[in-house]
Amino acid sequence: MELQKIQDKDLLWKLFKSTFIISAFTIGGGFVIIPLLKAKFVDEYQWMDDKEALNLVAIAQSAPGVVAANAAISLGYRLAGIKGTLVALGATILPPLITLSIISYAYDAFANNQYIQLLLKGMQCGATAIIINVALDLLKKEWKKKLALPLLIIVGTFVANYFFHVNLMYAVIVDAIIGFFLLRDKKYA
Amino acid sequence: MSYMIYWELFWSFVKVGAFCVGGGYASMPLIQAQVIEEHGWLTMQQFIDIFTISQMTPGPIGINAATFVGTKVAGVPGAICATVGFVFPSVIIVLLLAHLFFKYGDIGPVRGVLNGLRPAVVALICSAGLSFVFLALWNTETLPKDFTKVDLIGVIVLPVSVWCIRHKMSVIKLLCMSGVLGLLLGVIGIR
Repeated sequence: MELQKIQDKDLLWKLFKSTFIISAFTIGGGFVIIPLLKAKFVDEYQWMDDKEALNLVAIAQSAPGVVAANAAISLGYRLAGIKGTLVALGATILPPLITLSIISYAYDAFANNQYIQLLLKGMQCGATAIIINVALDLLKKEWKKKLALPLLIIVGTFVANYFFHVNLMYAVIVDAIIGFFLLRDKKYA
Repeated sequence: MSYMIYWELFWSFVKVGAFCVGGGYASMPLIQAQVIEEHGWLTMQQFIDIFTISQMTPGPIGINAATFVGTKVAGVPGAICATVGFVFPSVIIVLLLAHLFFKYGDIGPVRGVLNGLRPAVVALICSAGLSFVFLALWNTETLPKDFTKVDLIGVIVLPVSVWCIRHKMSVIKLLCMSGVLGLLLGVIGIR
């Protein structure tokens, strides 16, 4: 498969900056950070399209480890090879490394500081808005394709995950198996 | 011998990272097994504190926990060893999968698997989104027991943020704006 080279001379710096800031200000981990990265890389910088970003996240999701870090690894690799991986991964783990090192020395002051809590509360609402936006866009696109099986996978995985708290790994394995047998046709790509 | 602790931290978290399937929360029992039961580095109470902090500080939960354990056990160098150890297996496996994907992505079976996984990712994003809406408006991740007990900051900041993102505000500007707005509302007594 031919990889389209990304034409952006500030690529590595932009990659580092945006990933660093998103990791630094996002509370709640994997599937909160991924929509933010998608909003930045796909919608703002237009480095790749929706489908490619989702493929890379799917790869990240099927490996062990933290989804956000895995997504940084695969997205970074796509954008600039091993260099991109190191830049994106570094930018993902540096902010928690810095904040947590400081906080672990001053936990009580942090946990009880109401101004910090208010700031975090506001940011959480901002992150929620971005997730809603990304989720709606993706749902709209899937809906327009009018393909029954992918829509069924979305509903089934959502119900299993949200209402029945099925371990994500099992859900993902089931979906991969369904895809392996039933979704090989080009129209699903 | 004093450098042994760094190696032990690194190796413990390599094991956590390699067997952590299913996201940040899945790493918690693995970290518990390594850090409390096998090495006795932390007490259960300290571990519960870590879990709480990891949830309310920015960054992926698993990375936060690794950093926090590392700092508590062996200072900042310990934090670096634990965190690097934690992501080490992921780097190898994800790069391998990504490489295979770029090389063989266009053959039927691989395409099929990815076509099955892509909708799953959409579902997981929706699921996180719904939890976050409840968290923003009612401070609970599941269906609230009492719908009238809304969080006023959430009721104001969330719709404003949705409006801004719909009108193409940059992601990072939006996060900063919503944080400041939450702080201002809280300070003038709306919460």
